[in-house]
Amino acid sequence: MSAKMSPEKKSPVVLSATNVNKYFTDPVRFQVLKEITFEVQRGEFLSIVGKSGCGKSTLLYILSTMDTDYEGTIEMNGQRLTGLSQDTLAAFRNEHLGFVFQFHFLLPEFSVLQNVMLPALKLGKYPRKEVEHRAYEKLKLVDMQEHALKASAKLSGGQQQRVAIARALINDPTIVMGDEPTGNLDKKNSQMVFDIFKEIARENGQTIITVTHDPDFAAGGDRIIEMSDGAIISHGHENSVQ
Amino acid sequence: MDLKIAYTIAQTHLLSKKKQTLVAMLGVTFGIAMFIVMISFMQGVNQFLEDSALDASPHVRIYKQLTSDRPSLIETLRPDGFNVIHHQKPKQELAKIKNGLVIARHIEAQPQVLGVSPQVSTQVFFNVGSVPIPGTLAGVDVLREEKLYRLSQRMKSGNIEDLRANANGVILGRLLARKLNLKVGDKVNVTSSTGGTALLRVVGVFSFGIQTVDDARGYVNMPKVQELIQKDANYITDLHIKMKDPLQAIDFGKQLARQYDYKVEDWAAANQAILAGEQIRGVMTFVVSFTLLVVAGFGIYNIMNMNVINKMKDIAILKATGFNGRDVVAVFLIQSMIIGLLGAILGVTIGFSLSYLLSVTPFDSGDFLAIDTFPVKFDVGYYLLGVAFGVITTVLAGYFPSKKAAKIDPVAVLRG
Repeated sequence: MSAKMSPEKKSPVVLSATNVNKYFTDPVRFQVLKEITFEVQRGEFLSIVGKSGCGKSTLLYILSTMDTDYEGTIEMNGQRLTGLSQDTLAAFRNEHLGFVFQFHFLLPEFSVLQNVMLPALKLGKYPRKEVEHRAYEKLKLVDMQEHALKASAKLSGGQQQRVAIARALINDPTIVMGDEPTGNLDKKNSQMVFDIFKEIARENGQTIITVTHDPDFAAGGDRIIEMSDGAIISHGHENSVQ
Repeated sequence: MDLKIAYTIAQTHLLSKKKQTLVAMLGVTFGIAMFIVMISFMQGVNQFLEDSALDASPHVRIYKQLTSDRPSLIETLRPDGFNVIHHQKPKQELAKIKNGLVIARHIEAQPQVLGVSPQVSTQVFFNVGSVPIPGTLAGVDVLREEKLYRLSQRMKSGNIEDLRANANGVILGRLLARKLNLKVGDKVNVTSSTGGTALLRVVGVFSFGIQTVDDARGYVNMPKVQELIQKDANYITDLHIKMKDPLQAIDFGKQLARQYDYKVEDWAAANQAILAGEQIRGVMTFVVSFTLLVVAGFGIYNIMNMNVINKMKDIAILKATGFNGRDVVAVFLIQSMIIGLLGAILGVTIGFSLSYLLSVTPFDSGDFLAIDTFPVKFDVGYYLLGVAFGVITTVLAGYFPSKKAAKIDPVAVLRG
């Protein structure tokens, strides 16, 4: 596809953070993030690593646009997101971002298919029939299509996480974010999640940003950003893609 | 389109917690059912009493009021003087309406008037053996009385035609006849307050279904009363007026009061006790119903609050995947509205059933009122009001938890 990277030409920047600072004020004022500045390119598989408490999850939630309490600026897709209203950000998330959390947060009362369809129904870009078709496509991608009509609470942890990935992908987001997406999974399921991420980054040019503790998972990506005490200590050099 | 998704989510939430939904719904149902029963019953009682009162009493009554509060001669002459007048007696005057029959004819010619019945009313004693029993004799033209009060339909025995045929005839109230132990064909001796006596023959027994009337009144021909109290044929004490529309009576009464120098009393003034009772019952109904609905509202508020707390994770996911605050409010508000609407519809149904059962329950009010079952008024308005109440209560009760849901910070929930 057009998104395929070529080694000579740098692909466009899809995310840039400039001088991001964040403070926790409870119980005492404490700076969690210090002057975070970095860029992520289209199609890049980026991992953020660091010890617990280094601020990497906090950074991810700021990037996710859900946390708006920070200093500095965030731009995605060439759009400045800092200072936008919650509703605008929700609409932006809906269209451009996909999330995979550590605890495979599916809506327990809904079927697998409904869970995947909901963000697309909210987006309202396609009619319901089309959304359903696309949801099946995404489920096929994570090999969960035969469980489509099951209640999501009936699935195993690994299966739920795969459904969560299908949900994250339903609106073809520019960026997929993962907060320890393999943190709760066994080796086999972790590998599967990794393969899916790798595939969508390569095939669709979608950008992956994950926070992880798993060194193998991080090592398999394109780049590793290492954090310590709220600051980036290594931007990592880009592994040659493929 | 957004509402459709919100509705789908709301529906799924409700169906996944059927028991909780049902409990919340039953709160509304109970409140509204009681509201319907209470308002139907209370309004039924009001309507019944009002109808009875309107049926049995004139819409407007004109009579001469004998009072002692006339200005004294000395005060009229020397208004600035230091006058001490003690225990002034009323002057002797007749309770007569001058030109009563002419006035009656004049009023009857008005288009909004259904009929006028001139009467001569007097206090008498009915003598049963040696016991005098007090009562009222109304000297009437029975055909006019028929036109005003449909007297023939109220006859328990005898016939109003017999009164016209018999100059000495009397039609007695049911309770009075029982007290006097009289039946149609019996004779009774009456003594007027002025000392005149007459021997009357009972030609009929009527019942208006109102104790105060049935227990005291007897109808006789007008000349007979005039003869009993030794007055001329123009002696009229009361004019009873029935309007085509009872609601016009008050204005028409005021107009008559300006026109004639007599006491004019409309049905609302004559039945103040009934109207006051009506107001009290109305207030009571609304207070109790309102309390029930508020209690139901708090029930829903609690359940919705619990619901929001239980669903924090789901709300966080919805927000993370791009649903905004308004969508979340919609999800929970729709839930309350569904609970409210279904609860209200069920409540209205149960309320109707209970009202119906009440309306066929035998009720013995003794001699006070002529009634066999509880009076219940069925009015679509109450049912609509019930549904509206239910929905408004639940929307209010659901609004605050929904607002709370919309304010949930997804980051706090998702980070755990």
